[in-house]
Amino acid sequence: MFSSSRLLLALALAAGIAGCSRAPQGIKIGEYASLTGKEAAFGRSSHEGTVLAVEEANAAGGVLGKQIVLVTEDNQSKQGESATAVKKLIFRDKVVGILGEVASSRSLEAAPICQEYKIPMISPSSTNPQVTQIGNYIFRVCFIDPFQGTVMAKFAKDTLKIHRVAMLTSVSSAYSVGLAKYFKERFLADGGEIAIEQKFTEGSKDFAAQLTAIKAANVEGIFVPGYYTEAALIARQARELAMTMPLFGGDGWEAPELITIGGAAVEGCYYSTHYSPQVDTPIVTAFVARFGARYGGQVPDAMAALGYDSAKVMIDAIRRAGSTDGAAIRDALATTKDYEGVTGTTTIDKDRNATKAAVIIAVKDGKFKFLESVAP
Amino acid sequence: MTEFIQQLLNGLSLGAIYALIALGYTMVYGVLRFINFAHSDVFMVGAFLGYFLGEHLPHGTVGGGLLVLAGAMAGCAVLGILIERLVYRPLRGGPTLNVLITAIGMSLFLEYTGQLLFGATPRSFPPIFPNPVFAVHGLIISMNQVTVIVVATILMVALQFAVYRTKLGTAMRAVALNPKAAQLVGINIDVVISFTFGLGSALAAAGGVLYALNYPSIDPLMGVVPGLKAFVAAVLGGIGNIPGAALGALILGMVETFVDGSRWSTYKDAIAFAILIGILLFRPAGLLGRFTAEKV
Repeated sequence: MFSSSRLLLALALAAGIAGCSRAPQGIKIGEYASLTGKEAAFGRSSHEGTVLAVEEANAAGGVLGKQIVLVTEDNQSKQGESATAVKKLIFRDKVVGILGEVASSRSLEAAPICQEYKIPMISPSSTNPQVTQIGNYIFRVCFIDPFQGTVMAKFAKDTLKIHRVAMLTSVSSAYSVGLAKYFKERFLADGGEIAIEQKFTEGSKDFAAQLTAIKAANVEGIFVPGYYTEAALIARQARELAMTMPLFGGDGWEAPELITIGGAAVEGCYYSTHYSPQVDTPIVTAFVARFGARYGGQVPDAMAALGYDSAKVMIDAIRRAGSTDGAAIRDALATTKDYEGVTGTTTIDKDRNATKAAVIIAVKDGKFKFLESVAP
Repeated sequence: MTEFIQQLLNGLSLGAIYALIALGYTMVYGVLRFINFAHSDVFMVGAFLGYFLGEHLPHGTVGGGLLVLAGAMAGCAVLGILIERLVYRPLRGGPTLNVLITAIGMSLFLEYTGQLLFGATPRSFPPIFPNPVFAVHGLIISMNQVTVIVVATILMVALQFAVYRTKLGTAMRAVALNPKAAQLVGINIDVVISFTFGLGSALAAAGGVLYALNYPSIDPLMGVVPGLKAFVAAVLGGIGNIPGAALGALILGMVETFVDGSRWSTYKDAIAFAILIGILLFRPAGLLGRFTAEKV
């Protein structure tokens, strides 16, 4: 027993040393993402975009004369794991900057650690305003929920022409709660009516009770500011209860799984997001072609595009800073101006947010269809 | 009123699924006096077996649906028996705590093997049973809900029959009462315990398929929450007691549904567990359980 545990220890040590000696030299950028678990579709898309950006940068000679090494940690879409992942990236891998996450709750978990150790962090697609309020080392390359909430409230009022809506919010998600709040403020200010507000907790699968209550309230539409798995299940269960009104939500719906899980139930539903591959600009067309060539014909969604842009903005900042010092990169990031990305022009404002246009997508004939673009 | 009856129906179908899982917990506890934490993951495996079988069978037919159900149940019965034979039996006779910790390990093993084999991304469960929706006086009844309630009721009646009217069931009750004495009168304990695990796992598989039918997104960690709820239901009804598990599950399903549909939906779990604590304060052995001093 004793000797075998010793042997194991020796083996583990040997493996550890071998692992260290094999580590490539270069500038390390860390990424934490939900590669598995409930929001895996987000994490994977975002990761694919990030990888493409790093590969392209390396093919073009890297940055500061060195190759870029992307170190990725999976947080399994779980609470608590992002903090561990980011600590690992900072202490073990000694990364110079960190990219992540899609979900606001998980960005909020990692941001205080990045702030504390003065490692600049860019969230590709967390839209909750609190994320960048954590501190001056935290940035993002997407719009924020007050804007997204306004866009959807206006869309419901002006395009869908509905006045009486229900809200179904996930109480354990910072993103969902925030988006619901901003939607409500704007929708009420525009003279709309929120007939009923129902809530659920992350990971719920049974929404029959909430939907039954909503059904009794006779509404014309349901705002579901959640993520795609829940949105798809909510749509299915609503249709089973013979509720035919449109459901609409935010960028949390942006994943092919919305349609594979939701099926016919999500037909005629709408959501706002950051970008659509159907937007006809040279930069988007070229990106879609490069992404398809790299990933076997896949079409990049908004998370992939933002993942790509976040890495590009980080690399650009390292180049402009001329060093890998955290404070220097931070200063360079803060002065990012008119950076032409796939998801639009990125200018980092004084609150370290990016102001960008939103697009509205409809689900039609089992496909995502670009409807309109809404400027900030 | 319509809303009330609708919620009643929702609660009934949720409770029926909890009941199928709770029965497995309670049977194993009754016979072996330990909580099989891997049970909730057998539930998950059941849903995945249903998923793979369902992919290869015609969708939306009663025959195909029953075939999927039967296949998943048979597969999980074998899995349950294997888990007991390979993992728990070598530890039998040792301290209960060892088996308990092993059960937690087994649970994690199944979860992460599932992630390795099936991937962590949720999959969409195929509509294996026909699912027309009926509207009766404003009440919406989906065939899936009816399927869940009917299948669960049939299985529970069959279980009651198996436990009280068959030789093996009688042997099972004898082992639950006193394993040593049962052995002395010639009962093969190993067979009885294998049977208990097989039966409980088959019911969990049925629960898994029915759950996936109603909430058609399945992933390797899907068993964790329903498993916990079913365990609570089993305790609520009096762990070790079969009708108690069903009753506890029904109460839990109802309470959750009604709280979910009210303004206090945020506090769903808090309220459900507060009720549990309340009941256990007045009936420490659960609703139908009898309090017996633990033999040392």
